[in-house]
Amino acid sequence: MSPSRSMIGAIVATVTLLLVSGGAARGQDQGARVEIKAHGFGTPELTVPAGTTVTWINHDDDPHTVTSTANDFRSPGLDTDESYAYTFTRPGTYEYYCTLHPLMTGKVIVRSRS
Amino acid sequence: MSERVDVDRRGFLQCMAWAGTGLLWSVAGGVPASRPIGAGRAEAADASAPASFSFAQISDTHIGFKGEANRDVLATFQAAIARVRALDPKPAFLIHTGDLSHAQKPGAFDIVRQSLESVGLERVFYIPGEHDVYADGGVAYFEHFPTGGSGRGWQSFDYRGVHFVGLINVLGYKAGGLGSLGAEQLEWLERDVAGLAASTPIVVFAHVPLWAVYPQWGWVTDDAAQALGYLRRFGSVTVLNGHIHQILQKVEGNVTFHTARSTAFPQPAPGAAPAPGPVKVPVEALRGLLGIREVTYARGRDSLAVVDASLV
Repeated sequence: MSPSRSMIGAIVATVTLLLVSGGAARGQDQGARVEIKAHGFGTPELTVPAGTTVTWINHDDDPHTVTSTANDFRSPGLDTDESYAYTFTRPGTYEYYCTLHPLMTGKVIVRSRS
Repeated sequence: MSERVDVDRRGFLQCMAWAGTGLLWSVAGGVPASRPIGAGRAEAADASAPASFSFAQISDTHIGFKGEANRDVLATFQAAIARVRALDPKPAFLIHTGDLSHAQKPGAFDIVRQSLESVGLERVFYIPGEHDVYADGGVAYFEHFPTGGSGRGWQSFDYRGVHFVGLINVLGYKAGGLGSLGAEQLEWLERDVAGLAASTPIVVFAHVPLWAVYPQWGWVTDDAAQALGYLRRFGSVTVLNGHIHQILQKVEGNVTFHTARSTAFPQPAPGAAPAPGPVKVPVEALRGLLGIREVTYARGRDSLAVVDASLV
């Protein structure tokens, strides 16, 4: 993935996260999105508070998966425009990859809510 | 009628031979030769006479793909099957080198199997690509295509004096990793070929290339060198792969490597795009980038003749 794509992906994801966080402040469910595009996770490193539901959406023509390296979670195959959501309840660092394109990796850092 | 191009061996090893649209490549005696597609079958017939048998390779059918790069993969798949049916002489059998399905959606494996069996050849051999096993580790694939016998689906068989080995290098994908064969399969391979005379022609088929085509995109099998080490003593080793949706060839000693076209969509040349994946080309250009392969073994010749044909 080119740096510019990765940067755009990061900006998109950050803006999305801010918007969704704003919603949470109004008492709605908290969530974050990771856009999968051009064989990459748009926010390869994402930090969220515990209890956050993270949704991955595949925008590629190729299918992808979101698979935890420590077997904490495992999406089904995500074809174009399909998504997968997982709620992180416990603090920690969760590394994941795509089983179809193992060079695609990412991590979610979950902080405690205090 | 046909033009024969002898390639300097060093040059050939340094730069992998590319086959542009509109050329058929054949390899005889380790020397690649190209001819315009319109030149007909004369050279292939000459080079292989007396032909003992031939077989066909089809790859990367990606049934279920719906992207812009090909809105009708079933139509191009059927066009590829028509190409196989038209081969003369009729191939003894057919090998599918993986990525039968695109996203392991229900029905895809059945479509591929029923369509290929309808050709009426002696047998169809399958090996999985990563698109066939990524969602469930291969459970559904092996239900549809049980290989029985050894290990987790790798297989070998003999046909008219040629030893065929089907390897699986898509079951060991790990984070940050690449295609791999794994220790169990490597041990099996070592035993499988141990008793064969060095003069036995060997044909290896596997999905991901068994040489480092482009590691940055995962177009490599990390423990292929060990597998090839078991095969170096043989006088003729032909390696047939899929995965990268384009024709690429390389010669290393007595080993010739050939990657095949897809029947579904092309992929970029190594490094020619930010990432691998389906490439959209003008509709009229698509079928020139898709195709099938015919491989002919002629008793007494060093190498097998490999001829790629597009769907145009």
